[in-house]
Amino acid sequence: MSTPLTATVPAIAPATRPATGFRRRALRLRSFVLGAALSLLVLGAALLSLLWTPWSAYDIDVASKLHPPSAAHWLGTDVLGRDIVSLLLVGARSTILVGVIAVGIGLTFGVCLGLIAAARKGWTEELIMRMSDFTFAFPAVLSAIMLAAVAGPGMVTSITAIGIFQIPTFVRVTRGSANAVWAREFVLAARAAGKGKFRITIEHVLPNILSILIVQATIQFALAILAEAALSYLGLGTQPPQPSWGRMLNDAQTLLFQSPMLAVYPGAAIAIAVLGLNLLGDGLRDLLDPRLARER
Amino acid sequence: MTVTDTPMIEVSDLGIRLNTSRGPAQAVRGVSFALKRGETLGLVGESGCGKSITALALMGLLPDSAVVSGSVRLDGSELVGLSDANYCKLRGNRISMIFQEPMTALNPMHTIGRQVAEPLRRHTGCSAAEARKEAIALLDRVGLPDAGKRVDAYPHQFSGGQRQRITIAMALACQPDVLIADEPTTALDVTIQGQILDLIADLVEERGMSMILISHDLGVIAENVQRMMVMYGGTVIESGETNAVFTRMGHPYTQGLFRARPRLGAPKGTRLTTIAGTVPELADLPAGCTFADRCAIVEARCRAALPDVVDVGVAHGVRCLRTDVSMATPIGAGT
Repeated sequence: MSTPLTATVPAIAPATRPATGFRRRALRLRSFVLGAALSLLVLGAALLSLLWTPWSAYDIDVASKLHPPSAAHWLGTDVLGRDIVSLLLVGARSTILVGVIAVGIGLTFGVCLGLIAAARKGWTEELIMRMSDFTFAFPAVLSAIMLAAVAGPGMVTSITAIGIFQIPTFVRVTRGSANAVWAREFVLAARAAGKGKFRITIEHVLPNILSILIVQATIQFALAILAEAALSYLGLGTQPPQPSWGRMLNDAQTLLFQSPMLAVYPGAAIAIAVLGLNLLGDGLRDLLDPRLARER
Repeated sequence: MTVTDTPMIEVSDLGIRLNTSRGPAQAVRGVSFALKRGETLGLVGESGCGKSITALALMGLLPDSAVVSGSVRLDGSELVGLSDANYCKLRGNRISMIFQEPMTALNPMHTIGRQVAEPLRRHTGCSAAEARKEAIALLDRVGLPDAGKRVDAYPHQFSGGQRQRITIAMALACQPDVLIADEPTTALDVTIQGQILDLIADLVEERGMSMILISHDLGVIAENVQRMMVMYGGTVIESGETNAVFTRMGHPYTQGLFRARPRLGAPKGTRLTTIAGTVPELADLPAGCTFADRCAIVEARCRAALPDVVDVGVAHGVRCLRTDVSMATPIGAGT
């Protein structure tokens, strides 16, 4: 009796099945594909700059300053005669470096604090949330100015300021979604199985909010790039001679009427990076959390 | 079945006060019972009567803001006021719980094998390979077909009944002394219900556990437990041997519940009997009998204070002042 029955039981779906479905859905999602392409373009530029640039981004050649686009200098040269393409490529590196480290700071501290707040509840949660409200009240630019006044301007200052600015956002997102997971029955079941809060946080809460965190990190990356550009533009971020897109904008502003294109190139680079990451974030959200996609 | 003299779990005068958005609420008052090894107890009542809260209190899983009074003793040692770290050593090890919703009681991100093996690894300190082997054996015991192959599958690949079997395997992994089943079959098909209850009954018998079965279904209670308690408004209003209670119900509420059950063979179009009124809010319970507002034979003295338990038979108690009237005409399984 049981032998013919078991024969008809369908085989368990192989583990790779959801992954191929994921890939197919991802490729159908236009915003995701475009976002990923733009983000990869920026990442590719940064990686390329490590190996090769058409010209050195640091060599000053005042004799050939403000050249229009040519075969030698594809996008021309800036006021110091540096090759624009090379500057953009190396600038992508600073942008990504600042973004990665700043989001890393925000993610690490923010997620830890958010998870603690959700797990401990009570006054611990109140304290963490009020502290993050307090931090949130200071824009990144303001905290960067304060930090620069103390530690001097530079890449480290801007990374720290942007990172600190990112923490409260991650605290809020983490705590909110973690609280929702804590209310689920499988967490109660895990507690009934004798698991402590720490283990539940690591094994049950974190995996279930990971997709939300990935999406948030992508969007925060875009915000970090904007903040880095703003800080470099103000002279608080990346310092010369290290090329940076914000710095290039700053250099270009005095020549806005002579060579307006000098401002357009870094501006376009920033726009591409931010647009790409935002589209990527949106796409990831639609992919990883279909419920949110339908609500929009 | 070994039945010793010391109760496996003994609850005396359990009280639970919850802080709700509407102010403090006395969710449970004066609940007492004792279960020896191998004994089974049923808790019946409507939603919000305090039965699930009682179960969570036994597990030490109430929110931090809840205030528990009275005493809960597991094999002689007091559980009320136990630190969370110490409670963690008991939960899933000596006292386990099966939940109502098998669809949500499993983490969608982990394989079922891992989820069944976890309490084992946690409480017995066995190796991953041993735990996995034991998990397969457990899944096999609870009747999951092809347990050896499906141990690495995820919860969404199983049906509701299969998932409930998995949660049962999880709860039984460490051979607990006390099993709390909180409406284990409410979310399942009627055909599956019987199978799951039979499985639980077999396992309780086989391992000599004490079981507390929570249900709102009188039929489930009638067939699966030796003793039962009927809860209403956070108090036990009737308790006794299941047979005794079903033979002759003493409390107007128990009688109402019994009359309200759907009956096979009733003429088409017959409306189900209901109990008039609604369950009182726990935040503002009446001073007297909690059932007073819905009771057909209520008197002024019923509203004065919570009635004491009256013995109406051998180990059959009813919290009612008017048992003389309510029990004048026998209402029970015979009628």
